[in-house]
Amino acid sequence: MAGQKILLQTSGLTVGYRSGRNQSKAVAGPLDLTLYAGQMICLLGPNGCGKSTLLRTISGLQEPIEGRIELEEKNLRQMKPSQIAQKISLVLTDNVRSANLDVYSLIALGRYPYSGWLGILTDHDKLVIDQAIKATGTGAFLGRKIDSLSDGECQKVMLARAMAQDTPLIILDEPTAHLDLPSRIQLMRLLHQLAKETDKAILLSTHELDLALQVADRIWLMSSGGRLDAGLPEELVLNGAFQHAFNKDEIEFDAATGTFNIHYAGKQTISVTGDSTAAFWTRKALIRNGFSISAAAEKKLTVSGEDNHPVWEVDDNGKRAVYTTLREFLDTIKI
Amino acid sequence: MNKIKILVLLSLLVAAFLLDVAMGSVHIPLKDVIKVLFTPDGGNDTWVYIIEKIRLPKALTAIIVGCGLSVCGLQMQTLFRNPLADSSVLGITAGASLGVALVMLSAGSITSLYTIKELGISGSWLIILASSLGAALIMILIVGISSSLKDNVIVLIVGVMLGNITFSVISIWQYFSSPELIKDYLIWTFGSLGGVTGGQLLILAIVVSAGLLISFLSSKLLDALLLGDNYARSMGLTVKRARILVIASTSILAGGITAFCGPIGFIGIAVPHLARALFGTSNHRMLIPVCCLIGTVLMLVCDIVAQLPGSQTVLPINVITALVGSPVVIWVIAGPKKLRGF
Repeated sequence: MAGQKILLQTSGLTVGYRSGRNQSKAVAGPLDLTLYAGQMICLLGPNGCGKSTLLRTISGLQEPIEGRIELEEKNLRQMKPSQIAQKISLVLTDNVRSANLDVYSLIALGRYPYSGWLGILTDHDKLVIDQAIKATGTGAFLGRKIDSLSDGECQKVMLARAMAQDTPLIILDEPTAHLDLPSRIQLMRLLHQLAKETDKAILLSTHELDLALQVADRIWLMSSGGRLDAGLPEELVLNGAFQHAFNKDEIEFDAATGTFNIHYAGKQTISVTGDSTAAFWTRKALIRNGFSISAAAEKKLTVSGEDNHPVWEVDDNGKRAVYTTLREFLDTIKI
Repeated sequence: MNKIKILVLLSLLVAAFLLDVAMGSVHIPLKDVIKVLFTPDGGNDTWVYIIEKIRLPKALTAIIVGCGLSVCGLQMQTLFRNPLADSSVLGITAGASLGVALVMLSAGSITSLYTIKELGISGSWLIILASSLGAALIMILIVGISSSLKDNVIVLIVGVMLGNITFSVISIWQYFSSPELIKDYLIWTFGSLGGVTGGQLLILAIVVSAGLLISFLSSKLLDALLLGDNYARSMGLTVKRARILVIASTSILAGGITAFCGPIGFIGIAVPHLARALFGTSNHRMLIPVCCLIGTVLMLVCDIVAQLPGSQTVLPINVITALVGSPVVIWVIAGPKKLRGF
């Protein structure tokens, strides 16, 4: 990562919607944010907290309600669309389903801000396009029509188009929505790699909390009230920002595992001894079945044996029993 | 591959052009048509007169109209991202009709009636002027309204509604007009390629060329609009300015053509779909010339069919374009290939 070059900075930025001529509804802010080159930033937050509005405002598609956005030390509002287009490229949730548009032409549209009146591509344009295709691994479906692509392929192509636009900042609005798990991981890994290798800043909104915690250099965490906490992923976990942002009734963020707990705390308690993989999954099975794991419990379970032949030993106030399958153990202990 | 397709289309164009000139109530052999067209002294004076004064202008009008309406349709479909858009939906044709109705239905206005009777319906400068003004009026309204609107779909709906209002006004007017006046107006609505001669043909050619030039120069921004307004803006396009440019060139094309030839439907919807299906591209630098080519061929074929080969009757051109164009639209909507895109 090269230096700490500031790409974009907001001061006192309030984003929201304008309804009517003089009325506006603020969604989030005031925000003071800084975005550095080569960073991958994940914007997280519950539905409706204003993630898309913030991204649209930063990218110049929408006017801010208040405050200032500086792009490479220039006021964004005073820049022409064609100037912004050379600095920020977008991957949006808008559906692009033009039946006759082939993948190469779509990626080539990324050169729009640089080409002349008729949009004829120069050798340099073609070079940049080829690099974008290579970086995103879209070479295999260049001749196909946009219509025939899967959602995952389509996202990659849209990313390639943004790459061809060759901007220091790429903004993506929920690029992982509609993708299956492998495609989501693939795309996040690709974005992370691009940020590292090309020194571009990548800002994306997502609901993939665990993926974001793994790949993001910075996390911008928005809460429903319009508050935004920015920081290292780990910092935000440790200082309780995650709990604050996502805690709703009955759902809690577990800082120890970095995941959300689906299950209520169980009424029955049991202690589990053992540190094999079998013991780990036995704990999960017990929690799913309404148990709390506690060392002080009267019921004591020891998981021993090798991983492919585990043995479950239960000691319930002196009543002992041994099981050789997890199902048998669970069926008995659930009562 | 594309070169072969273009060559085939070009030869179709030449064939259709010659056939169109040869067809008519007076039989002229093809050999003599070629002689009249390409040699300084063509022989039979009557034939020379018929070809030079009637059939050649009509065929040339067909070519100009075919180009103009097809490109109109293409631009509208891209701008509104709607496969069924064409110039008539924006209300521009309706505006032109209003202008014409205004002249024809002003009951008791002896001057207008006199000019129409003297010069024929489609040949009247008064009609042309009124029609152009009507088209321009609606166009200015739409550009004005659209400059404060963000969403292209809403612009489309506004256009359709403006068209409806205009047609209602015309209907009310018709309701209170005498049958003879209504008849004249109805004949104009059938459309006609004949009657555009001499100076009028030159003006039509200039107007349509100007419109085509503007639309070819906007082919790059039309490409960007394919991805939708937001992406277009993110690539540096000022969407409102682009929209005004596209609507302006459409209005010039549609307004001019409707003024001279009456409202001619379906070519604008059908041809862009044929062009995209045939060449499998969405690049407007390619599509605009291809649309011109296909539109020309289709318009000439429609005109040939309208002559009802072998008979003395000539059918209104609008009837034929609807007969040819509607199946294409059905094929687009319900056909086996996925052509619903734009």
